[in-house]
Amino acid sequence: MDYAFEAHGLVKRFGKTTALAGLDLSVRQGRVLGVLGPNGAGKTTAVRILATLLRPDEGRALVGGLDVVKDAARVRRLIGLTGQYASVDEDLTGMQNLVLIGQLLDLRKDEARARATELLAEFGLAEAGGRQAKTYSGGMRRRLDLAASLVGRPDVIFLDEPTTGLDPSKRDDVWNIVRGLVSDGVTVLLTTQYLEEADALADEITVIDHGRSIAHGTPAQLKQIVGGQTVLARPADPGRLAETEAILTGVSGRPAESPSRGVVTVPVDGDAQFTEVVARLAQAGISVTELSLRLPSLDEVFFTLTGERATDDSAAA
Amino acid sequence: MTTTVIPPVQNPEATVARPQPRPFGLVRHSLALARRSLIKTIRTPEQLLDVTLQPIIFVMLFVFLLGGAIAGDTHQYLQFLLPAIMVQTVVFASVATGVSLNTDLKKGVFDRFRSLPIGRSAPLIGSVLGDLIRYVVATVSLAVCGLVLGFQLVTGVLPALAAVAMTIGFAFCLSWAFVLLGMVMREPGAVQGTAFMVMFPLTFGTGMMAPTDTLPGWLQTWVHINPVAHAMEAARGLMIGGPVAGHLVWVVVWGVGLLAVFAPLAVRAYRRRT
Ligand SMILES: Nc1ncnc2c1ncn2[C@@H]1O[C@H](COP(=O)(O)OP(=O)(O)OP(=O)(O)O)[C@@H](O)[C@H]1O
Ligand SMILES: [Mg+2]
Repeated sequence: MDYAFEAHGLVKRFGKTTALAGLDLSVRQGRVLGVLGPNGAGKTTAVRILATLLRPDEGRALVGGLDVVKDAARVRRLIGLTGQYASVDEDLTGMQNLVLIGQLLDLRKDEARARATELLAEFGLAEAGGRQAKTYSGGMRRRLDLAASLVGRPDVIFLDEPTTGLDPSKRDDVWNIVRGLVSDGVTVLLTTQYLEEADALADEITVIDHGRSIAHGTPAQLKQIVGGQTVLARPADPGRLAETEAILTGVSGRPAESPSRGVVTVPVDGDAQFTEVVARLAQAGISVTELSLRLPSLDEVFFTLTGERATDDSAAA
Repeated sequence: MTTTVIPPVQNPEATVARPQPRPFGLVRHSLALARRSLIKTIRTPEQLLDVTLQPIIFVMLFVFLLGGAIAGDTHQYLQFLLPAIMVQTVVFASVATGVSLNTDLKKGVFDRFRSLPIGRSAPLIGSVLGDLIRYVVATVSLAVCGLVLGFQLVTGVLPALAAVAMTIGFAFCLSWAFVLLGMVMREPGAVQGTAFMVMFPLTFGTGMMAPTDTLPGWLQTWVHINPVAHAMEAARGLMIGGPVAGHLVWVVVWGVGLLAVFAPLAVRAYRRRT
């Protein structure tokens, strides 16, 4: 199969720290791989190896079928990188930054200008293009950084924590950019500590911890690893809550709970039980304003897999 | 309040196709990166203080403090000093490339350069070339200062330009030693400190301030080896008359040697630095 990139058994040590301890990663063309892991899990190290900035101590990685160590020069023609820390030149204007990248990618001066103008417009930076990047807000810098990694129309884009430090509306901007890339057939590797982000953008998620992949799958598959789904029902008449609760308990065989006022939930083993709940509620003549089958949140997945709360920094270490 | 709506990236009727490799990459990329350093220098002109105000202050100090004592006459001393102090200033200015590269390396910009399909040496060559502007600025400000104080060019404009070209050429070669320092040291301050330790004997262990034959024997030996001392004598010869050829040979041989040793080492150190 055609993998846009693949990594096998990557090991990278920095002195006594083992940043990667045999990491495997891969994704097919045109898909988004979310790499999810807490601080220090090795996300940045993995991205830097794939982007030819670091050599692995062991293992190998291919991008577009080319070895990132032996064929680094050709790999660099295929990739775009937006590192965790801004990599725009603060003293240059937005325009000058993008034109420089274009020229380094062998565009002629006029082509480089045209491409820069196009990207500045697409990223809402047309007006700011003539200003030095040091005058930009965090969100604008991030967008310029993203634009810089797209100048060469790369096949594969590495985004290392692209929304860290952005407020929610700026984060949505970046999400839309990523979705736009995907619709153009670009393969994206996105690292994140936000489960919500991986869920929203990724086709597949690899969860890594201590430099190793500890789970891989679609967001839905990962959610199932943690265990069953939950049925949630909200009767239209709050007076019939007790009856609803009895039905849910009866179907599932496990006690139903009421996590918030007017709502009952119960864990179930599959879709069949959900259908059963629907049928029994109808039989009893209980109308509902809300009835859903929910998967566990990625936060729960993460906790089950790593034994750490995802929001905990490295405090647990 | 403005809200930015971001349409999908890369529209299909895009005007610029995917870039194709073109020949002479290293030259074009180095020049593009030299332009980047040039823009940065122009945007932060305070970085040019060491090549504008500082040499002028040196000239004033030396001419008026020591001129009477050493040459018996400040004008005579100015004639003697100016060509040499031009060499000193330009050679000193070559340290800055190493310091600024060391600062730059820590920023993400260099990660971006390293992820692009360009020659590994291009960012280094670009910085060294871009900093040539500093040497030109140093020369111009000293020339203006010299003319205001009454310096007289004895030989002519062409030999004087040759002196300038020799000096800048030598500084270009020497700057690779400081680029190497910039690649291997951790802090910009350490680069500067180490470079200055080398710079003082190189620029002051010369006949810049007093004729070589007035110096003690051991110092004369050093002056005879020191390429900067030869550059100063050659510059004097080319500007106020005197022997040139012998000194010029020393300068060229040293310059080529420094370049041949330090440029490859610097590029190698840059590659290794992760
Ligand atoms: N250049 C380096 N020198 C020494 N140790 C390093 C270096 N780079 C990374 N490490 C160590 O390797 C481990 C993995 O780091 P990495 O930056 O890949 O993690 P990460 O998942 O990107 O974390 P974060 O979410 O904080 O960005 C950490 O323990 C880190 O301290
Ligand atoms: Mg990181």
